[in-house]
Amino acid sequence: MKKANLIVAITSMALILGVGILWASDHADAPNVKNKSTDITDLYVFQGANTNNLVFVGNVQGLMSPATTQTAKFDENTMIEFKIDNTGDNIEDLVIQCVYKGGKMYIYGPVKPATTGLTSTVVGTASVVVDVTPYSARTPIIASTNGISAFAGPRDDPFFFDLDQFHKITGGTASSFANPGTDSFKGTNVMSVVVEVPKSLLNSTGKLGVWLQTKQKV
Amino acid sequence: MKKSLYIIGFCTLTFTFGACSGTDDTIPSDPNTGAVFAVAGDQVGRPGIATVFVAAADKDNFNVTIPSVMNAAYQAKFEAQLQAYNGGGFTSNILTLNAAAFTGVLATDVLGVSTTGKTTYYDGTNVLTGRALADDVIDVSLILIFGGPAGTSNPGLTSDHVDSNDKAFLTSFPYEAAPW
Repeated sequence: MKKANLIVAITSMALILGVGILWASDHADAPNVKNKSTDITDLYVFQGANTNNLVFVGNVQGLMSPATTQTAKFDENTMIEFKIDNTGDNIEDLVIQCVYKGGKMYIYGPVKPATTGLTSTVVGTASVVVDVTPYSARTPIIASTNGISAFAGPRDDPFFFDLDQFHKITGGTASSFANPGTDSFKGTNVMSVVVEVPKSLLNSTGKLGVWLQTKQKV
Repeated sequence: MKKSLYIIGFCTLTFTFGACSGTDDTIPSDPNTGAVFAVAGDQVGRPGIATVFVAAADKDNFNVTIPSVMNAAYQAKFEAQLQAYNGGGFTSNILTLNAAAFTGVLATDVLGVSTTGKTTYYDGTNVLTGRALADDVIDVSLILIFGGPAGTSNPGLTSDHVDSNDKAFLTSFPYEAAPW
């Protein structure tokens, strides 16, 4: 991200945060990631419309207004990585790595990682490469190779929660939620990567453990 | 430099349709192969765990604690936080998990996903078999934290009464709704 864009993005985020959104699902959860391209908002993993597939959704850079979203970008220095444990020991056996470069999202895997843990090396060549869908696009750009489909770009934040009322409860100015509640995430966007993978590539015996990490180049 | 990158990118794109310079079986050079990402950023398994159960002083550390050692590092702290939310009165929840067992599940922040059936955070029958876009994970979390063994305790705290997203999801890939 160009420095000027980064400053604009941070300023916009600060304005949004300034009106009282402190945290949510994992939005702006910790000091070291807040307002950065590494800030994950949510992880979703679910069966695809084709039930032979699993869909992995990794969302970052939350709480963006439509104006902010117009100039939002993925960061070439940030990897978005799905970790997949298929043996039940909470150590990743497979990874799906997503790396942005020159307007495209490169998707690697599912593949055995070079090392487990917090340091990640891009393994092999991309399974699928997809152009990032611009904000102005009417339809999402989708690429599919070898049964793997990929999308990358801005989306409506799928998360919903009456966060403001929750703050009133924890702040002592309310004793219960309102009915009906108000979705504090209404009208906000995220940058999203969606990868649909045949279950047959995941070496599963029925159950997986999945978590999402972001990390940056040194 | 820029031009060569463009050519590589073009070949990569072309390759997905089966050909680059007429050689179908040539793997194009990849601009990221071997790149190392060694500065840890964020880490998430289930929704809201870090924000609800991790103390402010631990939030950065939680993001760089690998799941296989999370239980040892965080179960006791999560149990104390769960009791704090309940004024020390948490006994069990609708999953019949007591405080130690429930926080034992939560402390390892990994999303369980079934590869053989329905994927849902909790639908009354299936428990933690995935997370679909429309799952009301906040209500599930509130019931498990505040609802007691029957799910009926603290009725003002067990639902935020926001039950669905602000835009309809798509029935086909990429499933998420277009941005605002």
